[in-house]
Amino acid sequence: MTKKRKILIVDDELSVRNSLREWFLEDGFDVATAEDGESALREMHGAGPFDVFVIDLKMPGMDGITLQKRVQEADKDAAIIILTAFASVDTAVEALKLGAFDYITKPVDPDDLSNAVRNALRQRELSEENIRLRDKVREMVLPSPIIGESSKMRGVMGLIDAVAETDATVVIRGESGTGKELIARAIHARSPRRFFPIVAVNCGSIPETLLQSELFGHEKGAFTGAQYRRKGKIELANGGTLFLDEIGDITPQMQIDLLRVLESKRFTRLGGTQEVTSDFRLVCATNQDLEKLVEEGSFREDLYYRVNVFTIDVPPLRERAEDIPLLARFFVEKYARSMSKPVKAISPAAESVLAEYEWPGNVRELENAIERALVIGCGELLEPGDLPLRVERRAEERAGRPSRSSLASLEERHIQRVLEECGGNITRAASALGIDRGTLYNKLKRYGIERPA
Amino acid sequence: MSRTIYVAFLEGFNPSWGENLPARLTEWVPGPIEPLSSLALGMDPYYAPERGQYNATLVLARLLRYLPEPQAKIVGLTNVDLFIPVLTFVFGQAQLEGPGALVSTYRLRNEFYGLPPDAGLLRDRTIKEVVHELGHTFGLVHCRDYECVMHASTYVEEIDLKGPGFCSACRGGLHAATGTNATLGAGG
Ligand SMILES: [Zn+2]
Ligand SMILES: [Zn+2]
Repeated sequence: MTKKRKILIVDDELSVRNSLREWFLEDGFDVATAEDGESALREMHGAGPFDVFVIDLKMPGMDGITLQKRVQEADKDAAIIILTAFASVDTAVEALKLGAFDYITKPVDPDDLSNAVRNALRQRELSEENIRLRDKVREMVLPSPIIGESSKMRGVMGLIDAVAETDATVVIRGESGTGKELIARAIHARSPRRFFPIVAVNCGSIPETLLQSELFGHEKGAFTGAQYRRKGKIELANGGTLFLDEIGDITPQMQIDLLRVLESKRFTRLGGTQEVTSDFRLVCATNQDLEKLVEEGSFREDLYYRVNVFTIDVPPLRERAEDIPLLARFFVEKYARSMSKPVKAISPAAESVLAEYEWPGNVRELENAIERALVIGCGELLEPGDLPLRVERRAEERAGRPSRSSLASLEERHIQRVLEECGGNITRAASALGIDRGTLYNKLKRYGIERPA
Repeated sequence: MSRTIYVAFLEGFNPSWGENLPARLTEWVPGPIEPLSSLALGMDPYYAPERGQYNATLVLARLLRYLPEPQAKIVGLTNVDLFIPVLTFVFGQAQLEGPGALVSTYRLRNEFYGLPPDAGLLRDRTIKEVVHELGHTFGLVHCRDYECVMHASTYVEEIDLKGPGFCSACRGGLHAATGTNATLGAGG
């Protein structure tokens, strides 16, 4: 257990002292309060030393500036944050010149308060902070496992290990549902950035107008209805990893904006002028042929070179069929646990159905199939009838399938059927197929499939 | 025996997912969870006209009067904008190791940020905030694990980064506080 950090709050208003005390207690601080300068100094001698001081500028008796000087005489490294009303900002700036760490105006934006305190602490105890972070990481839960013992998946794991420690940009390629996000998370979890968040954005499922704000954030009033500042995903990824899924789907304008951020690590929120910096590692994923997109002119070549530093190809499930039993058992255990049901065995008949199916939706489709089988099935064994895959359909498909090259037509028919079964409901069809809605829309367009009325 | 947690929707707030909330919460917090209906708690007295917001501290103090048993906990949900005196707003408030908590959905709605409404996202954010504030009532403080529900969130986007579950360290703290060993969903 590391020692608690101590904070002293000095304000003449009881309600301010009380709410700040509660706020900092919940943040894990040891909190002391004082109603004026004299009692603050007494507190310092009695209950000190403190790591951080929050001092109100305007108080009867000794004012905040005087108290700040007295505190600094006693502890020259004291981290002092000045609380002030808008009207007294000039005096607060004077406090900064005298060595206060920061000032914040009342009423205080919670984010400003937490940033000011975090930065003050960081300055004061940088080394101690690092030790704590390292301790914490040891306790962190391991990320979801990537399952597969096929030689192809072992190759993928080798690439993950090789690239994780570097700060290189990675492109993960593979069909929908192959688990590209899992690979991205594995890279992050093995990288030096694992102490910070991995922030995922699916560029294909968000309309361009919203994607701008999703990535860059926006200021209050940037557009109608924006009553508050919003932090973008790039800002949230500071220190960590930004995972952009479906990178091939972003518009030309977004490509320019993204390229600029990648080059400068600086940007402004929509409707804002203040520059924000973010230090992040980029991992992207796509199920498209980026080289072809570059050739066609729909993906910028300069952006392509910037992101395509290291590539990991994730094989579709049908190319690593030997992993299917392993994955199926993993999902049976996972869903049995979450549904509080006894873990079932998979009957040999069901196993062979799983093994022979083509899995156009890959691992995600397999996971959905197992989840549904556990909901439907009541026996001790998971049987073919529990699986949402039709044996006769497979037989029919096999009959009309001369080679792998007809996979597209297989997919087309499969999508058409599922869509009919779902009454044309895109959301339900996408979830049954184990792909996201954006991907389904693209496939409908590509195959010219019309939604049933 | 763990203590009952009562969930109360405050005046004028009746979301479609409200009925399911207690059931959803049992997945993440220990103890029986019961809805508490028809509180005679009007919000008007807590409105601060100069700020156009409601005083969370005062609402919470009032809410405690409806605690059915002294050992129980109560969490109130409201759709009005809440503040505490020194801060511009709060998503919610709780008494550390105390019986009461309060959560507002006002700033959890996408519309507040000029984005299209998303009922599912709103419900998920609300669940995380309720679990977070209840965590405080069990004595838990903020956690550094950014995927743990006890991670501090001063921005709605930070709420989206974390899950509704406690990390193993926080679950340990809960266990110590409640003396139960409920199997709860894991954080992260
Ligand atoms: Zn909190
Ligand atoms: Zn935690």
